[in-house]
Amino acid sequence: MATDAPPPSKAGTPLPSTEEFVQVQESAEFGELRSSYRSFAFPLTVGFIVWYLLYVLLSNYAGDFMGTKLFGNINVALVLGLGQFLTTFLIAWWYSRHAAAKLDPKAEAIKSRMEGGA
Amino acid sequence: MSPAITLAAGEASEHRPLIITLFAVFVAATLVITVWAGRQTKDASDFYAGGRQFTGFQNGLAVSGDYMSAASFLGIAGAIALFGYDGFLYSIGFLVAWLVALLLVAEPLRNSGRYTMGDVLAYRMRQRPVRTAAGTSTIVVSIFYLLAQMAGAGVLVSLLLGITSDGGKIGIVALVGVLMIVYVTIGGMKGTTWVQMVKAVLLIVGALLLTFLVLLKFNFNISDLLGKAADNSGKGAPFLEPGLKYGATSTTKLDFISLGMALVLGTAGLPHILIRFYTVPTAKTARKSVNWAIGLIGTFYLMTLALGFGAAALIKPDEIIASNKAGNTAAPLLALHLGGVDSNWGAILLASISAVAFATILAVVAGLTLASSSSFAHDIYANVIKKGQASEKQEMKAARYATVGIGAVSILLGALARDLNVAGLVALAFAVAASANLPTILYSLFWKRFTTQGALWSIYGGLVTAVGLVLFSPVVSGKPTSMFPDVDFHWFALENPGLISIPVGFLLGWLGTILSKEEPDAGKYAELEVRSLTGTGAH
Repeated sequence: MATDAPPPSKAGTPLPSTEEFVQVQESAEFGELRSSYRSFAFPLTVGFIVWYLLYVLLSNYAGDFMGTKLFGNINVALVLGLGQFLTTFLIAWWYSRHAAAKLDPKAEAIKSRMEGGA
Repeated sequence: MSPAITLAAGEASEHRPLIITLFAVFVAATLVITVWAGRQTKDASDFYAGGRQFTGFQNGLAVSGDYMSAASFLGIAGAIALFGYDGFLYSIGFLVAWLVALLLVAEPLRNSGRYTMGDVLAYRMRQRPVRTAAGTSTIVVSIFYLLAQMAGAGVLVSLLLGITSDGGKIGIVALVGVLMIVYVTIGGMKGTTWVQMVKAVLLIVGALLLTFLVLLKFNFNISDLLGKAADNSGKGAPFLEPGLKYGATSTTKLDFISLGMALVLGTAGLPHILIRFYTVPTAKTARKSVNWAIGLIGTFYLMTLALGFGAAALIKPDEIIASNKAGNTAAPLLALHLGGVDSNWGAILLASISAVAFATILAVVAGLTLASSSSFAHDIYANVIKKGQASEKQEMKAARYATVGIGAVSILLGALARDLNVAGLVALAFAVAASANLPTILYSLFWKRFTTQGALWSIYGGLVTAVGLVLFSPVVSGKPTSMFPDVDFHWFALENPGLISIPVGFLLGWLGTILSKEEPDAGKYAELEVRSLTGTGAH
């Protein structure tokens, strides 16, 4: 770490001790935050990766199906491809909403307690 | 010189003064920004992280500017123009990948690291070996990516300016290299971020304009546009279906799966993308920046559809191929045709889009140079060589020297590789990022038992497997499109190693952990886990 520079004003409080981190990690409050995050993010990640792989496999091995024309020159392949865009936008929005409503308040409560009252 | 290149050169050289003027205006503007940013760069957090005061929107723009390389602008538009639907497949992987960054990586990384990817990987591990591994992987990924961009810049700018001599191409590579050294050594992260923001705005405005003009030609009837593209391509309905590029054989199909995996899992392991999340104050703003990036990048890729199919509909395929075999000049040619081939408007549009492409390259190479020199200075110099005893001043000095060194190496390699086909190196960078970096990041953040040995096995194992497989693939030898077409020592059939190397990276991280004799540091994991989820002590 720097020893020759003046301490920057935003350096803030020193980090809590390892014991405090272990205590918080084992607390019920943190357990809720962790499970609220993991039970949302992990299955969703598996979900969008499977959906993407499905699309890749269809492109590879289901050419006839993908070439089916739906209206005008718009075929299934194009609609599914645009569908990947749409689901990406939707998942990003959905996760952000979940994070703002369920994760941020819990995280901020723990953070301000740990940084404020050591 | 082949007649093809002379044709393009003849077409371009008429517009050369205008293109050069626009290039010069962009370079001058970015240099002013760089000097201004340099004056405000005082401590290490300014140099590495731009002072951490960018807003979510600003960083989202900069992330987009860092990510949308010339490959994604010119390459995807060109691939769509020549191969139709299969060109579009690329952009889908590039976009979906951002969800991995959003859901699993950006926020924990922002909360628990300071300057580099190595900060998070080494947090709970023995510092020196893991920092060395993280630094090595960062520099390897960034140099591969950089080399592809530099060589691409040489080809592209030569084509746009009608320069055909070897000396001219080397001069372009050297110019790009010197500019990126100046941006990074003087402006640091702050300067680089502003350059990327300006570039993102130019790129999006340019693409919007072309998209609007294309759609106007077809009265905003997308079905007509697609129909005309399919007819004009001479390939008919298959042009709008998957398979023209990747559907040829069962090997190319496997290759496509491999590429898809590398794209989706690689983005969240690219060091030059990861360090962008340190430029914002909190995890919440990091999340906002990814959301902006997803919106901007997604919109941009939707526009490349219009550009690619527009080029296919309005320009004869022979003319696109004659200008550049891979279709890389389809977008600039489209600009010329939309404005009118013999009119001033055509010349102005062509020059503007060419200048945007040049800006794109400069912003991306600056980001890559910064990522690798930061990792050298912070991970390897300060924490391995100096064992954490380097002062902030020494560290910044090391970062600036590293920038000059990496810049010089890239100029040299870029000049040597100017006639090799190095486009495959970008896909390789994604594959290494997905095989070496992503497994280690995810295990570090989420798996309590993960150990130093596990981290080293996944980084080095993923790295060596990915690079090794590419070395013995058709990317390097054995085909007319290879880097060295005249020799053949390839035995691995796929061009992209991801299908093998990504599972190997994950597997080795797990195996190294369960076979290691040391106990994981539970206290350190408590620190990392609590910090990564709550932001306690983030600075």
